[in-house]
Amino acid sequence: MRKTLVVLSLLFASAAAANAQSVLLNAAGATFPAPIYSKWFDVYHTAHSGVQINYQAIGSGAGKAQLTAGTVDFGASDMPMTDDELAKMKVKALHFPTVLGAVVPTYNIPGVSGDLNFSQKALAGIYLGSITKWNDPEIAKANPSVKLPADDIVVVHRSDGSGTSFIWTDFLSKVSPDWKSKVGAGTSPNWPVGLGGKGNDGVMGLVKQTPDSIGYVELIYAMSQKIPYGAVQNASGKYLKADLAGVSAAAAGAAKEMPEDFRVSITNAPGAASYPISSFTWLLIPSHFDDTGKEQAVKGFLIWMLADGQGYNEQLQYAKLPPAVVAKEKKALSLIK
Amino acid sequence: MSTATTPIEHAVPPQSGPRALIHRLRHGDEVAHLVTLTFAALILLITSLLVFELWMGSAPTRGKFGFTFFWSHVWDPIGGDFGAIPFIYGTLVTSLLALLIAVPLGLAAAVFLAELAPRKMSDTIAFLIDLLAAVPSVIYGLLGIFVVVPLMRTTIGPALKHTLGFLPLFKGPNYGVGFLTASLVLVIMVVPFIISVSREVLLTVPREQREAALGLGATRWEATWKVVVPWARTGIMGSVFLALARALGETMAVTMVIGNDPKIRESLFAPGYTIAAVIANEFNEATSDLHRSALIELGLVLFLITFILNGMARLLMAATERGGGHNG
Repeated sequence: MRKTLVVLSLLFASAAAANAQSVLLNAAGATFPAPIYSKWFDVYHTAHSGVQINYQAIGSGAGKAQLTAGTVDFGASDMPMTDDELAKMKVKALHFPTVLGAVVPTYNIPGVSGDLNFSQKALAGIYLGSITKWNDPEIAKANPSVKLPADDIVVVHRSDGSGTSFIWTDFLSKVSPDWKSKVGAGTSPNWPVGLGGKGNDGVMGLVKQTPDSIGYVELIYAMSQKIPYGAVQNASGKYLKADLAGVSAAAAGAAKEMPEDFRVSITNAPGAASYPISSFTWLLIPSHFDDTGKEQAVKGFLIWMLADGQGYNEQLQYAKLPPAVVAKEKKALSLIK
Repeated sequence: MSTATTPIEHAVPPQSGPRALIHRLRHGDEVAHLVTLTFAALILLITSLLVFELWMGSAPTRGKFGFTFFWSHVWDPIGGDFGAIPFIYGTLVTSLLALLIAVPLGLAAAVFLAELAPRKMSDTIAFLIDLLAAVPSVIYGLLGIFVVVPLMRTTIGPALKHTLGFLPLFKGPNYGVGFLTASLVLVIMVVPFIISVSREVLLTVPREQREAALGLGATRWEATWKVVVPWARTGIMGSVFLALARALGETMAVTMVIGNDPKIRESLFAPGYTIAAVIANEFNEATSDLHRSALIELGLVLFLITFILNGMARLLMAATERGGGHNG
């Protein structure tokens, strides 16, 4: 009995000693980058046992809300915070791009195999409900070698609020004035047509089961599930199938006009090699920490993430940050005080 | 209550010290009274807290839209314009349609299990039904996606169109997901509740009731429908309320098969949306205060609908009881 007590108290003592030097950071937010974040936080903890980061993938909106409420040390989001949202924060958040993602159109048309090309007008028209048949001239002229059926298009979109929908509608807003005025860009837009599926799985399930349907999913999801997806016309007029290089190219194309606070949308980015439905995802870091231990830990992690951390991206199918963006972010680290 | 405790106070002369405490605990009427009262009061407290929180949380939309929130058709989180009617419609249509199918089905099964089936078989099946009632709703959602949706698109839908296609209820494109599919999945989910509770209630009907009816020359059918079922009416209604409550609040399974499109359409093949489903779908990523407030107000509306439907059902029950027949 006494022995157990001694052992127990020793255990507690050593745990307390370890706690004294270690920093525990709590973070929450976007689900899209959660796999790479878990990988990073795990690898970083192995190398720097003093820093442990807990990440809760509760969604971008919830991540922003928790950071604003001060219940987490930092947040993560698939879309930049708006001016209104920033104005409500006691300690302003800084945006640090971490990885890149993309959204791809996927479809199920009986009798059509092989990749389809989607012009910007075609995607906007289909999702607005103004293009209703698969053999519409706007779709057909980009796919001269494919025999498209005269069937009604069944449109599928996300039903849950999501960063994926934001990127998709942000792209449609940029390429179609009609979409911009009638619907706009957001996590839960007021869809003019279509069925809603919950999550990437829900959308994919509906597309697979419904003949003549079209939907959109994250590139990483399409790649891991080996789902066929179509090519999209970019700002230079070229049809590109999404891949990691095309996504990084979009980021590089946008880097020239990158604002100081990194709040930028890179959909429809310039450059012949840029995949047009790409986006950064951001860590939202408070510009001031009361606890210097936490400040040092966060800075240490960001420096590692911008260098070694990027090496883990491609095995998990995330696109790397272009060097110009990395350099700019390193400079911005000094804004954390 | 004081009358109930007086005899004990007489029996136990006032004492001091630990002996008195032990005595009072052993004859713990007072303690038990207090503890149970506290727990009963907690229910009131939780209910009022719930309403209070929903009321406070929905202040922005209540202030901005007032009563138009109830009949506006627009749900536009980006533009900041919100209306509840498509969700109210979807919730009511799917739940009531589900009950319409589930009640006769469940009641018939319960009557068979309680009145006609051999006891051993009845117990085995009842055990399986209780298991079904405990299956998580997301599993029923998967069943919906992989079985009911394809069945709807390839078999049930075309058959209905072929036979009843002249009704507006069965017109329009059939995607496999929609009001009818959601209702069918709800039927599968609520039938176990109806069977399980109704069977238990039917089993409590005294033997004498049946024997008396049979003795008067009633057939088995007449004894069941004219004596046993009316006797158990209150309990059966209770099972229907339970089923209705589950159908109204069901979230996961419904959102997986209803198509999630907030529009009112007369066709049962069309996609729709329910209150519980939209809250689950959009709350996490509701970025503006107004959007969050609108979702909370929808929660308040759902609470109100449950309240009204339950109240109406109770009135109906009271009316039928007053109208003669036996009080079960």
